[in-house]
Amino acid sequence: MFINNHRKNAIAITLTALLGSSHAYSDIEVDISYLQQEIDYGPVLSNILPEPEDAGFQGAKLAIKDSNTTGRFLKHKYQLQDFTSTDPQALIDKAKAQYEAGIRYFVVNTDAQTLRKFTEALGKDTLIFNAGSSADELRLHTCEANLFHTMPSRAMLADALAQWLKAKRLQKIFMITGATSDDKAFSRAFKRSAKRFGLSIVKEKDWSFDTDLRRTAQSEMPLFTQHRDYDVVFVADERGDFGEYVLYNTWLPRPVVGTQGLTPVAWHRVVEQYGAAQLQSRFEKNTKRWMNSKDYSAWAAVRSVAEAVTRTQTNDAETNKAYIKSDKFQLAGFKGRKLDFRGWNGQLRQTIPLVHPRSLVSMSPQDGFLHPTNELDTLGFDRKETDCTDTSK
Amino acid sequence: MNFKKSLMTLAVGSLLASSTLYAETAYVSNEKDDTISIIDLDTMTVTDTIDVGERPRGIILSKDYSKLYICASDSDTVQVMDLATNSIIKELPSGEDPEQFALHPNNRHLYVSNEDDALVTIVDTETSEVLAQIDVGVEPEGMAVSPDGTMAVNTSETTNMVHWIDTEKHELVDNTLVDQRPRHVEFSKDSKLLWASAEIGATVSVIDTATRKIIKKITFEIKGVHKDKVQPVGVKLSDDGRYAFVALGPANHVAVVNAKTYEVEDYILVGRRVWHMTFNEDQSLLLATNGISGDVSVIDVNKMKPIKTIKVGRYPWGVVVKP
Repeated sequence: MFINNHRKNAIAITLTALLGSSHAYSDIEVDISYLQQEIDYGPVLSNILPEPEDAGFQGAKLAIKDSNTTGRFLKHKYQLQDFTSTDPQALIDKAKAQYEAGIRYFVVNTDAQTLRKFTEALGKDTLIFNAGSSADELRLHTCEANLFHTMPSRAMLADALAQWLKAKRLQKIFMITGATSDDKAFSRAFKRSAKRFGLSIVKEKDWSFDTDLRRTAQSEMPLFTQHRDYDVVFVADERGDFGEYVLYNTWLPRPVVGTQGLTPVAWHRVVEQYGAAQLQSRFEKNTKRWMNSKDYSAWAAVRSVAEAVTRTQTNDAETNKAYIKSDKFQLAGFKGRKLDFRGWNGQLRQTIPLVHPRSLVSMSPQDGFLHPTNELDTLGFDRKETDCTDTSK
Repeated sequence: MNFKKSLMTLAVGSLLASSTLYAETAYVSNEKDDTISIIDLDTMTVTDTIDVGERPRGIILSKDYSKLYICASDSDTVQVMDLATNSIIKELPSGEDPEQFALHPNNRHLYVSNEDDALVTIVDTETSEVLAQIDVGVEPEGMAVSPDGTMAVNTSETTNMVHWIDTEKHELVDNTLVDQRPRHVEFSKDSKLLWASAEIGATVSVIDTATRKIIKKITFEIKGVHKDKVQPVGVKLSDDGRYAFVALGPANHVAVVNAKTYEVEDYILVGRRVWHMTFNEDQSLLLATNGISGDVSVIDVNKMKPIKTIKVGRYPWGVVVKP
C-alpha cells in the first residue's frame, strides 16, 4: 500500500527533476506507422496452434513503450499509427495518406508483393522496415536504399539450419516440400544452403496427399518416407499443413528439421539468454501470450528508429537513415551480439535460434563457420551474391 | 580414552579459532539453483550450500559483515541472511524483480533496481519501510552509491543510460547516455569517477561525477576472440587506485585496466561467461563468477594469474567476501 503512495510522490519529484536536468534536450515527436496485411493461408490439417492475429503489432507496441521510457529522459515521444487490412490497396492508400501527413517511418508486415508496392508508392525520403516477409528475392534484387529487413530471409534461416546439420554431421537429407509457393521457396533456400555447406540431398519429394493425416499419419508417412538411408528429414511446410505429422512417423527413425521439428526462427519463447528473459516477461505481461518472430521483427524495427533518434537527437528521416546505415549504429536485440544492417541489402544481421517447441537447441552461426568481416554474414546473402551495391558509409 | 577426548577438544578448539581468526568466507549466488554457496578461502572449497529465494542474483554484505542481502528476483523480495547462523531472518519489500542493489554508507538505505518495472526502490533495512520509488529507464540493472554517500546511480539496459539519484532528496537529477546495454557501475574510492560497463556496446565508460560527462571510453581486443563476444559486465576497482578489472562475459577473460592511464594491460583467462567479481580483504585475491561453467575463478592479483577454480551451483551470479 505504502509503496503506491511513495511511488506517486517519487514520480512527481522525478518529473520536476527531469525539467531541471543539466543536459539540454529538445522536444522531439516521432510518429511511426505500422501496417499489417491480414493474409488467409487457407485451411490446414493441423489447426491446433494458430498464429495470433496481432502477431507483429504487439511487438511494435512494446517497442514504442520501451522507447518512450527512454524518451522521457530526453523529451522524445514515440507514437504508433497502426492500420490492418486484408486489402493491399487499402494499406497502400493508408501509407500514402500518412506520408502526406508527414510520416516517414513505416513498419510493414505484409507479403513480398505488397511490400514492393510500398517502395514504389512512397517517397525515397522514407524508411521502410520489412517486418513480415522472408522472401529471398527482396534481399537479392530489391535494392532500395530506404528498405530495411528486420525479418530474417529464408536464406538466413536455411543457412542457420544447414550449419547446425553440418556441425552435427547429419549430412544425408530426405526433403519433403509442401504445395504452396512459400514452401517451394523455403526448399529452394535450403538447397542453396545444402550446397554451400556441403550437405547431400539424397531424396526430394513433394507432398500432395489430401487425406486427413490426423487419422492416418501412422500408416501413410512411413511409406512416404521410405528410402534406403538418410540422416535427417527436412520439411518445408510453412503454414503447418502436414509437417507436424512427419515427426515419429518416418520410415527410418530420424530427426525432423525445417518448418517442423527443429526450426530456425527469428524469435521464440524459449530464447531467454542474453537478457531475453526480461523482454519475454515484459511482452507476456502486456499481451498474455508468447512473443514470436513477427513480434520480434516489428519490435526490432521500431527500436532501430528509436535508437537512431536517441543518438542523432533529430527526427529527420535522412539523418536517421544515414545513421542506421553507418557503422555507429548498433541495436541491443537480446540475441547475444549487437545487431546492425547489411549495407548492401538492408537486412538486419542477427543470430538465428534453432528451437523445438519447448527448448532452445542451438544458436547459429555455429562455431567454426568463419567469415572475413563478420561471422553473422555466413547467414543469408553476402555482398557479392546480390544485385545490390553497398550504400552504407 | 580421556586423552583422546581432550585431544579432540583441542583440535576442535583450534579449528574454531583458526576459522574465526583467519579464514575469509566467500558467498556466491547461484541463479538457477536458488542457493548460496559458501566458500572457505583458506581451503578454497565449498563448505555449505544454503537454500534461498527464487533466482538469487545481486548479493551484498552489510557494512559490519553481520548480514548478507540477497536479491531473490523471482520471489520479488530482498532476503536478509544472518551470517552467524546462515539463516534467512527477514525479507525486505524490494519492489518487483529486484536484480542488483547497493547499500548506502549509512548501512541502512538499500537502493534496489526493479528490472521488470523500470523503478529504483529505496528501502530502509531497519524499519523495512520503502522510502521512495523512482522511475528510471527500461530494465534497470546496475546500482551503486558513491562512497561519500551523496549520489546513487542506476543503469538501464534498454534505455542505455546512467541515471543519477540524489540520496538526500531521493530524486532523479540527471541522465548520461552511454553505450548499448549498460550493466555494472562502480565509483572510484574518492567518488570522483564512475565506471560503467556496456555489454553490447563492448565498452567501459569512465564518467566524471561532477559534470556527469564521459571522459574516456575503454575498448577491448583479445587475440582469437571475435569482437562481438567481448561483452563487459562486472567492474572492480582496486583500493590503491592502480587497477580496474573488467569481466568480459562470453569472451571468458577478465581485462586488467590501468586505472590511471585507462590502458588495458592484460587479459586473464577464466571460466565461461564471466560476470561479477569481488576482492578479498587485502585485495590479494580476485574472485570471478563464471555462469556457464558453473564455477568461481580465483585470481592472484600480484601475479595476475588464475590460481584455482571452485565448482559452485548452476549459473553463479554475484560474489562477496566476508573477512
